[in-house]
Amino acid sequence: MRFRDHRVVGDIMELASRYRDEGADELVFYDITASPEGRSVDRRWVQRVARVLDIPFCVAGGIRSVADAEAVLNAGAEKISVNSPALADPGLIDALSRRFGSQCVVVGIDSRLTGQGYRAFQFTGDPQRTRESGRDVLEWVREAQQRGAGEIVLNCMGSDGVRRGYDIEQLHAVRRVCQVPLVASGGAGEMSHFAAVFAEAGADAALAASVFHSGAITIPELKRELRSAGIEVRL
Amino acid sequence: MEAVIIDSGGANLASLQYAFERLGAKTRVSADAQEIAAAPRVVLPGVGCAADAMERLHRGGLARLLPSLTQPVLGICLGMQLLFERSAEGATECLGVLPGEVQRLSAAPGRPVPHMGWNQLDPSRADPLLAGLEPDAYFYFVHGYAVPAGELTVATVDYGGTLSAVVRRGNFWGVQFHPERSAAGGARLLGNFLTL
Repeated sequence: MRFRDHRVVGDIMELASRYRDEGADELVFYDITASPEGRSVDRRWVQRVARVLDIPFCVAGGIRSVADAEAVLNAGAEKISVNSPALADPGLIDALSRRFGSQCVVVGIDSRLTGQGYRAFQFTGDPQRTRESGRDVLEWVREAQQRGAGEIVLNCMGSDGVRRGYDIEQLHAVRRVCQVPLVASGGAGEMSHFAAVFAEAGADAALAASVFHSGAITIPELKRELRSAGIEVRL
Repeated sequence: MEAVIIDSGGANLASLQYAFERLGAKTRVSADAQEIAAAPRVVLPGVGCAADAMERLHRGGLARLLPSLTQPVLGICLGMQLLFERSAEGATECLGVLPGEVQRLSAAPGRPVPHMGWNQLDPSRADPLLAGLEPDAYFYFVHGYAVPAGELTVATVDYGGTLSAVVRRGNFWGVQFHPERSAAGGARLLGNFLTL
């Protein structure tokens, strides 16, 4: 779920309950403007969401310190996801995994193919401030794991929002260097895209937002489709 | 008040409290030895590292108290692992309530570590904690260490080997997964715990 501020908390609660009831396996809440604006997020909604959800959820955006992470985890989130702040200060990953364990430290990576290969981008929540981080994605995935990342969410920017399918080639390349769970993000438009990312890229999970928000794909029908394609899912 | 959740200093006690709240049960979070000793039921949660968690339990005098408890005790995830003798995570001496050792999971192609996701259980024997569970219920696991199946194992999960998903000896139960985040099946299990 991508959202901008607490004015939409009502929508967040409604969506969270809807996805819980439809059988989503995990929810990720992104405050995509938190990092570019250099602010921490009003976290009261985390507690409200934690009260109604009986499935795991992850909070991403604006987590720049152990204290930021602690506030979110204490409010009831299972995991925290760091992206731009980890690129600025990779030691943050070590500090978070030492304090809370690798299993709740997710490193999100916004990646795009450039003339120099797959590169990680920062501050992608604000098109004005989005910039190439200077890091090669495959190197960054290796380093993040060594520092204690327990999960990698790879958001392929080239396919994000286009709904033509996940970037199988890129995800497959990352899979080869990724020993922790790999979550595919960016590009889901049809049910067949999900089956493909599991079968062809070896992703452990697939994340999608707009196709679910718009109702273009519902979770129960997607899961039935995946199961009939021989992919084990929780129904 | 139906259970005390031990405040072992780790984060994420809230999700457990909310899960009991959804069942209409009142719980208290406490690190106070007297309050824990007097509780009708005790939950030992755990998110974080074994060494940190044990250090906190020692500091608060709880490492000595816990093995002596006679009411139902439920260890969750790291909390279950702490019930065993020792953990490979930081070569940590644990509570020793249950015999055995917690081992590191090893990653393999198609089997990343930490193990994260929803799995079904394979019951080894009947237990009131699992009473009335749908046989195809899924539970949410997230862990990098585990206890191989043994004689105290009540249910197993398969992840690069047969691992203990639920263990029990006497009044001590442990679950490797997170019932507080395991939808209807998890709620049923926590509800069962409240009847023990």
